[in-house]
Amino acid sequence: MTDILKRLEEKRAAARAGGGKRRVEAQHAKGKLTARERLEVLLDPDSFEEWDMFVEHRAQDFGIGEQKVPGDGVITGYGTINGKLVFVFSQDFTVFGGSLGEAHAEKICKIMDQAMNVGAPLIGLNDSGGARIQEGVASLAGYAEVFERNVLASGVVPQVSLIMGPCAGGAVYSPAMTDFIFMVKDSSYMFVTGPEVVKTVTHESVTQEELGGAITHTTKSGVADLAFENDVEALIELRRFVGFLPSSNRGPLPPRPFTDKRERDEPSLDTLIPANPNKPYDIKELIEKIVDDGDFFELQPNYAGNIIVGFARMEGATIGIVANQPMVLAGCLDIDSARKAARFVRFCDCFNIPIVTFVDVPGFLPGTAQEFGGIIKHGAKLLFAFAEATVPKVTLITRKAYGGAYDVMSSKHLRGDVNFAWPSAEIAVMGPKGAVEIIFRADLKDQAAIDARTQEYREKFANPFVAAGRGFIDDVIQPATTRRRLCRALAMLRDKQLANPWKKHDNIPL
Amino acid sequence: MFKKILIANRGEIACRVIRTARRMGIATVAVYSEADAEALHVAMADEAVAIGPAPVADSYLRIDRIVEVCRATGAEAVHPGYGFLYERPAFAEALAKAGIAFIGPTPAAIAAMGDKIESKKFAAAAGVSTVPGHLGIVADAETAARIAEGIGYPAMIKASAGGGGKGMRIAHDEAELREGFSSAQHEAKSSFGDDRVFLEKYIEEPRHIEIQVLGDTHGNVVHLGERECSIQRRHQKVVEESPSPFIDAKTRAEMGAQAVALAKAVGYRSAGTVEFIVDRNKRFYFLEMNTRLQVEHPVTELVTGLDLVELMIRVAAGEKLPFTQNDVKQTGWAIEARVYAEDPARNFLPSIGRLVHYLPPSGDGIRIDSGVTEGAEISLYYDPMIAKLCAYGADRDEAIARLRGALDGFYVSGLRHNIAFLAAIAGNERFHRGALSTDFITQEFPDGFTPPTGFTEADQTIVLAAAIAERRLAGEHGPAKLTVLLDGEPHDLVLRPEDSGYAIEYAGETWLAATDWLPADKLLHLRFEEHVSTVQIERLPGNAFRLTHGGVTRRAQVLRRRAATLLQMMPPKVVADTSRSVLSPMPGLLTALVVSEGQEVKAGEALAIVEAMKMENVLRAERDGTVAKLCAKAGDSLAVDQVILEFA
Repeated sequence: MTDILKRLEEKRAAARAGGGKRRVEAQHAKGKLTARERLEVLLDPDSFEEWDMFVEHRAQDFGIGEQKVPGDGVITGYGTINGKLVFVFSQDFTVFGGSLGEAHAEKICKIMDQAMNVGAPLIGLNDSGGARIQEGVASLAGYAEVFERNVLASGVVPQVSLIMGPCAGGAVYSPAMTDFIFMVKDSSYMFVTGPEVVKTVTHESVTQEELGGAITHTTKSGVADLAFENDVEALIELRRFVGFLPSSNRGPLPPRPFTDKRERDEPSLDTLIPANPNKPYDIKELIEKIVDDGDFFELQPNYAGNIIVGFARMEGATIGIVANQPMVLAGCLDIDSARKAARFVRFCDCFNIPIVTFVDVPGFLPGTAQEFGGIIKHGAKLLFAFAEATVPKVTLITRKAYGGAYDVMSSKHLRGDVNFAWPSAEIAVMGPKGAVEIIFRADLKDQAAIDARTQEYREKFANPFVAAGRGFIDDVIQPATTRRRLCRALAMLRDKQLANPWKKHDNIPL
Repeated sequence: MFKKILIANRGEIACRVIRTARRMGIATVAVYSEADAEALHVAMADEAVAIGPAPVADSYLRIDRIVEVCRATGAEAVHPGYGFLYERPAFAEALAKAGIAFIGPTPAAIAAMGDKIESKKFAAAAGVSTVPGHLGIVADAETAARIAEGIGYPAMIKASAGGGGKGMRIAHDEAELREGFSSAQHEAKSSFGDDRVFLEKYIEEPRHIEIQVLGDTHGNVVHLGERECSIQRRHQKVVEESPSPFIDAKTRAEMGAQAVALAKAVGYRSAGTVEFIVDRNKRFYFLEMNTRLQVEHPVTELVTGLDLVELMIRVAAGEKLPFTQNDVKQTGWAIEARVYAEDPARNFLPSIGRLVHYLPPSGDGIRIDSGVTEGAEISLYYDPMIAKLCAYGADRDEAIARLRGALDGFYVSGLRHNIAFLAAIAGNERFHRGALSTDFITQEFPDGFTPPTGFTEADQTIVLAAAIAERRLAGEHGPAKLTVLLDGEPHDLVLRPEDSGYAIEYAGETWLAATDWLPADKLLHLRFEEHVSTVQIERLPGNAFRLTHGGVTRRAQVLRRRAATLLQMMPPKVVADTSRSVLSPMPGLLTALVVSEGQEVKAGEALAIVEAMKMENVLRAERDGTVAKLCAKAGDSLAVDQVILEFA
């Protein structure tokens, strides 16, 4: 017995040592924590229950048979974040470069299966050189097993990937199918083919960071949601992020205790909309002034800034926020913003998170780049996502709601539950000037007549009353009272039940 | 008494006049420009009338429109506030012609005192002591140099129509004089439409001390004691107080007597201010007389218990002053700090934008004069003042303590402001000693206002506040070992919950501190056994906060001890060098590019001139170098941080 205990301790020590002192130091020198250190920061102290510490690979070829490290380059198990159960894997770059072989993949699959069984979020800390070449097709099979589980878990439990090192080739497709991707600046990258291959094939010269670094993916490609300065900040913000997420699709997150009052009026919102309709304003001020404690967790802040998405709480309950941002491209919808918001709306719908939409949209962005890029299909994604969503949907039109974009932005006609407008709202097919130039094309040469018609159009349509008169708007509200009105609407909708017709699945325009 | 008056002004002074008028039962009419439709003074007045577009020349300076509004609304009198039409004889004359009372001095008095040169001649004749100088317009730089030889350097060039430091230059030698002469002329032209300048001896270690006078239409004139306004930046007053910590009863009486004599000589009625410059030996010289209510009048009101606006209105209505000189008593101490939308980190350049948050302080002895509310816009059309904060106490120490507490609790966001700078002045040791001079700011803040680098007393409070805030957010109740990274510097603490707060082991001491802070609050009041400290708090990503206290702003990241240790293992990242570009420090107009591509420049040499808010701002080279590329041209409108030129 003592002998067994001694061997157990030796094995544990070997597993904890990972790739050894030299490789750990190299990891630190790159500005990266080790796989275990990361778990220490991510999880509540003493909450981690490790599984499969003794799992080793079974490969023999190319000399790998002699090299075995308990754990096989990935640490798996479960623990808590602020008391909430999560399953987690953390790849260990110091062991075989974090490469994924058969046993490594089996460990990940095991916790994925269990996370789905118990209904708890799944977190992956990715730091891997890719497929373990010595294991050949067994390693590819391992990836595919993980991919399949990513897909099955999608919409069942939230999946979050934190990229903390290399993630290249086929390996990118596991994070790609999770709900959210966070990256660490300067030490992580993701690409399908690396700079060397790019150079050979297309003769483009590009660094890893430029091709697939955190800045690239959070500003250019939109692949990642957030970029962080270093491992510690990424992990700490991930802890905060998990606090907004329900554990699974089996029910909404129970509201947290809250201290921010429902009745808190914000008189300054009465002057948020500038007198000049062409002047922008920051929609984030509205968001931060009406949500609990001003605490807004924004996703993709530097990508498609013309739409804002993120999580907040109202009276302790998580909500998803979608908002046009007049500060960027006047808040127009375009390909990137439609895709960004559509994916977010579908996440909220999967996990029973009510959606609050703030509308100030002058329309779709015109141009060949948009049309050739397929704005028809991409714009349809957002329309589809709002239309199919059965979660509580509360919408507030702050200013412009023009044309088809009005329909898209969680309008009454897409089963919007509560649709409010501020007195400054203008709900119309288009802006007064454009409308008059079409309707009264014959008078175009007579500026006085055009001006008079424009004024007439403005008085008739540049207000919320026509829409409210038809019941498309449930009420016109004083901006200062927005928080209490939204809180009441969300409280009323808490037990909303709505189901779409049975189908195998829908066919969103991809 | 008047039944209805019109206030020909905007902002805090309009609001301040409306408050007194309301108390006196007088109806008020506000006027406003298109930019001010949502302004506080418009909301406060009984009636409000739009008088034109945003630029002042089209609205607040439109004498004809204001007279018209008086007629239309039946206003019997006009209070001009300060700024705009305050010292324009034409305005008082136009009102007189229309039979509308002017709540201010006679046009003759305004005219006599409005011109700096004429007023000096007048003062000298009235027996008031004046600064040695040339009492006349100086035609050109040649003449200026010759006069300066006579009176000796340093010499000061001043715009004849000037005020507020515009068109004013100090020269220590002939080269500076020649350079300053033309720039003063130019600035005077663009600010006042009048490029006449004059020259006088510049007093060193000077203090700016002024006497408040008040006269009625029955020939009575009294003075209400002095205000010391020595703390100035570019000749703009920043902090004012009454009484002065410098002068004695004898000097006060002498200055008062001269001020009253001057006022009587010009037949002065209403409130006015006689400004003196006082040297280190308490010798005082007449500077100018302001024929208006001064910005800093509240400190006089606080120590005398009088309402100057009420007295102005009563005098204008023909009433006699209800007291004599012997009845005027100064009780206690009052200090005013001017809160401006200007960025201390960018050499105090104006900052415009929306007041996303505006939470003025309140409490014993605190008075706020403001014309804004949360959500108001500080626009480029008008003075960037946000508020005047006055603190009153039984003595100077109490007034300073209250001022410091109030500045800690003054929360403004959405634009840059000078509150931290004011807090640094209020906490300055020399300020506490009262050892002031008009060079106070240039001497105490020689490199402009930069946050202190070392560990300060304020930092101790900031560390404790950060740790407690983190505990309250975490909602955990057990003891915790935490590390606060203060701008990256680690501070280890152990927190143990006690009945109403925490026992905190930190820096070898145990502190007992409690707070009722909730995550939505912008202010965290930290209660210690003996006192309460107020810290401004904003949440940042990464379990961090931005905290401001005592003029010090820090990023404080609160981590479990282990996480902090791991974070410190991360190698520091290299930050990209942006100092090779000269960026526009504010939105404005590029009036001139003084250098060309390929030119070598020395540190301190002028590169470009950007005009904003009517002020010419010269951008100078921070170090020696060669201009590689010009990225903008004269006449361009610049956005903040727009690249103007790049160095090689």
